[in-house]
Amino acid sequence: MSLPDRKRSKMDAHTISKDLMVEDHSINELIGSAFQQTRQGRFIADKIIVTCLSLCAMCVLFFLYSILWHLLSQGISSLNLEFLTHLPKPVGEDGGGMANAIVGSLILLGIAVLVGVPIGLGSGIYLSEYANQRFAQIVRFVTDVMNGIPSIVYGIFAYTVFVVPLKSFSAFSGGIALGIMMIPMITRTTESFIRMVPVHLREAGLALGTPKWRVIVDIVVPSSLGGIVTGIMVSLARVAGETAPLLFTAFGNRFWHSSLFQPIAALPLQIFSYAISPFDDWHRQAWAGALVLIMIVFIMNFSAVYFVSRQNQFITGKITNKRMRGMKN
Amino acid sequence: MKRKDRSDIIFRRVLAVFPLLILILVGGILFKLVTASSLSIQKFGFTFLFTRTWDPVFENFGALPFIYGTLLSSFVALLIAIPIGLGTAIFLAEYAPYGVQRVFSSLIDLLAAIPSVIYGLWGIFVLVPIMRTNVQPFLGKYLGFLPFFQGPNYGVGVLSASVILAIMIVPFIISVSREVILAVPQVYKEAAYAMGSTRWEAIQTIILSYGKPGIVGGIILALGRAIGETMAVTMIIGNNVKISASLFSPGYTLASVIANEFAEASDKLYLSSLIEIGLVLLFVSIVVNSLARLLI
Amino acid sequence: MNGQKETSIKLPKTKITSGKLDALMLTETPTKITVKKINFYYGKQHVLKDISINIRGQKVTALIGPSGCGKSTLLRTFNRMNDLIPHVRMEGEVLIDDRNIYHKETDVVELRRKVGMVFQKSTPFPKSIYDNVAYGLKIIGVKDKNLVNQIVEKSLHRAALWDEVKDNLGKSAMALSGGQQQRLCIARALAVGPEVLLMDEPCSALDPGATAKVEELIFELKNDYTIAIVTHNMQQAARVSDFTVFLYLGELVEFGSTDKMFTVPKDKRTEEYLTGKFG
Repeated sequence: MSLPDRKRSKMDAHTISKDLMVEDHSINELIGSAFQQTRQGRFIADKIIVTCLSLCAMCVLFFLYSILWHLLSQGISSLNLEFLTHLPKPVGEDGGGMANAIVGSLILLGIAVLVGVPIGLGSGIYLSEYANQRFAQIVRFVTDVMNGIPSIVYGIFAYTVFVVPLKSFSAFSGGIALGIMMIPMITRTTESFIRMVPVHLREAGLALGTPKWRVIVDIVVPSSLGGIVTGIMVSLARVAGETAPLLFTAFGNRFWHSSLFQPIAALPLQIFSYAISPFDDWHRQAWAGALVLIMIVFIMNFSAVYFVSRQNQFITGKITNKRMRGMKN
Repeated sequence: MKRKDRSDIIFRRVLAVFPLLILILVGGILFKLVTASSLSIQKFGFTFLFTRTWDPVFENFGALPFIYGTLLSSFVALLIAIPIGLGTAIFLAEYAPYGVQRVFSSLIDLLAAIPSVIYGLWGIFVLVPIMRTNVQPFLGKYLGFLPFFQGPNYGVGVLSASVILAIMIVPFIISVSREVILAVPQVYKEAAYAMGSTRWEAIQTIILSYGKPGIVGGIILALGRAIGETMAVTMIIGNNVKISASLFSPGYTLASVIANEFAEASDKLYLSSLIEIGLVLLFVSIVVNSLARLLI
Repeated sequence: MNGQKETSIKLPKTKITSGKLDALMLTETPTKITVKKINFYYGKQHVLKDISINIRGQKVTALIGPSGCGKSTLLRTFNRMNDLIPHVRMEGEVLIDDRNIYHKETDVVELRRKVGMVFQKSTPFPKSIYDNVAYGLKIIGVKDKNLVNQIVEKSLHRAALWDEVKDNLGKSAMALSGGQQQRLCIARALAVGPEVLLMDEPCSALDPGATAKVEELIFELKNDYTIAIVTHNMQQAARVSDFTVFLYLGELVEFGSTDKMFTVPKDKRTEEYLTGKFG
């Protein structure tokens, strides 16, 4: 409220506005005429705003359309069996493919799962089942922070911890960098889905005298499995497209990798180096690689949606009736 | 009974290792980055953050151009992304029919799922040519009196990077603000409508005032993403160590200098300076995320 | 009561049982709201079944019934608040001053200015007390500062809140007590000059003292406004209302003057409800 109003409110209202007082019965007329005067303008303002807002939404749709359209049209024309099954050709020779990069990416993701899933799963279970409030809050906060740390920082970390001592870029270091990045999301989704497991399921187990850990392993985790898998798939989809943490860990390789402790090719890395190259043929290959990459990412995301819907069906199976009853009010 | 208790304690202790591991990991990242950049920290001290030179040949390093480039590109990206993101979120939450809402939010999830390197690829081959031939000449012609829209037009540069960043953070802004708007209790919306508000009046006065902290939190989170974003920016910002007011000119960001020069940094001090830049990024992201968490 | 005929209307017949109506209903005030054969659906759920009633001006009409009977839904059809809910469908007409508010050319914004509403939960906006009351005038665009001041003061007086807040008009409305917040919402609704006031269980979240104040206020206000109030508290309905509508499972069971319904209920279900047999 502005200052004059406040001042006014402290005075005797009747003395200050007596000469300006409007007769009670004409107040409604004044309001009514004000309403009629501004009504058209308000209506138009509302329409203009709706138009602007829907333009914003169209704009977002257009970006998505443009990216997907270029990916499809440019990617499909360069995508063929050779691309999927062959190594890159030397500079200047047309053709070749990214077979090593596709396989390399899958290997990196495999290592990442081995690192990220146990830690994330274990932490999620611990946080929801055992941790005291304070500790749980600290860990939740740290996982939130982890989620926001730029991916390239994980790359630097993996470089200093693994690449420098082992004196070589390696699949191992890249996979671990990706795995670390998966931890926060798996932790949080596991925790939240385990919390959603209905109490009666738990109590049924505990009532039989089963120790708590058996109830967790046999009942709680299996009944929230859909949600947990969703968390894993979403985090996997996110790291599958990561390039920055691999730049100086996995490093990239134009040939098949010889061991997990040697540099390895990865799809995002290959797309990056081809995209910034001066060669048209490499540009085409970059688009094809991007199409393959996005298909991998989308498949992971869609499977996540599938798992989460199954999980929801499971959990709400009991709840739906209650909700229906609430609706009647 | 006793045996069962013991098995429970063992299970609990084993599980407790995992969250501890997370804490150790984050502590380790911080520690590793500090020790690995100690050479640069000792040599340059705080002036590292305010020095404009980045000279690998004479080993004189300062992060100012990158800090400037990061802040500028992220700021411009927010300027573009906030109205679009917020507008879309309001449209979805308050105007769009339920079916449109559902389809749209899964499309936005798709947009959010696209990897950074693919944004970069699209940026190089689709966005940059459009910026070079259409957008930037247009801006130069009509807004050229402003220092931001002057100078040679390469297409690659801070403005293009900002546009890419904006597209990348729009999904975050949309999903956070949409959730915040939908979380405003229905009865408050009804109260506003019951007073004879038009839709926009209701949204403006009620929803945005109840939802403000959450939306601001979402925007800060998006800022964090923009600051840390590496690949797409590296691919189209032009990677030039220069501080220029013009948005057309090529620039450099904290993340992109690491991406570009880390693997070829042979010298110890050079590498240490790059790691210190990573440390700066880490600190910024911790601060930004803590701030956002307080608000959401 | 000197041999007057029964005034209740019974459903499902939906016909007025007698041509001779209570003098109170016929002559004193005209009908303000006419509800004609409303059917209302939430998805497939049929929540209002063929409801027809007349609500008199300058009277308080209470809508009662066990929870889930559709009383709130019925109230919300009077200002088209149900428009905001997805997956609902309505048939029938609601006439206010003989104009169908569900006509496609009805301006909902104008309708809601004329039909104010107070909710179960008090809904102060996160603004000062003054700005809350002036909210409706601000969106309408009343510029005259003096007029706004005058209306704010008058509305707060009418809502019996002025003496409690006159020195703190700049204070946040969120800082008021629950009862004060509810009266503030009433003042806010009154400020735009409505003709009808809808109250959806306005006292259910209040303590007895605050409830008494709001009830007193309703009694005061009925001289100038048509009031429809949903309540689950039968004593409250008996205390404040002139007419009572009893709904059960979406059906109109009984409608008539409160005095009669509470003393000699026509329908067995009404009697059972009033004596606490269910609900």
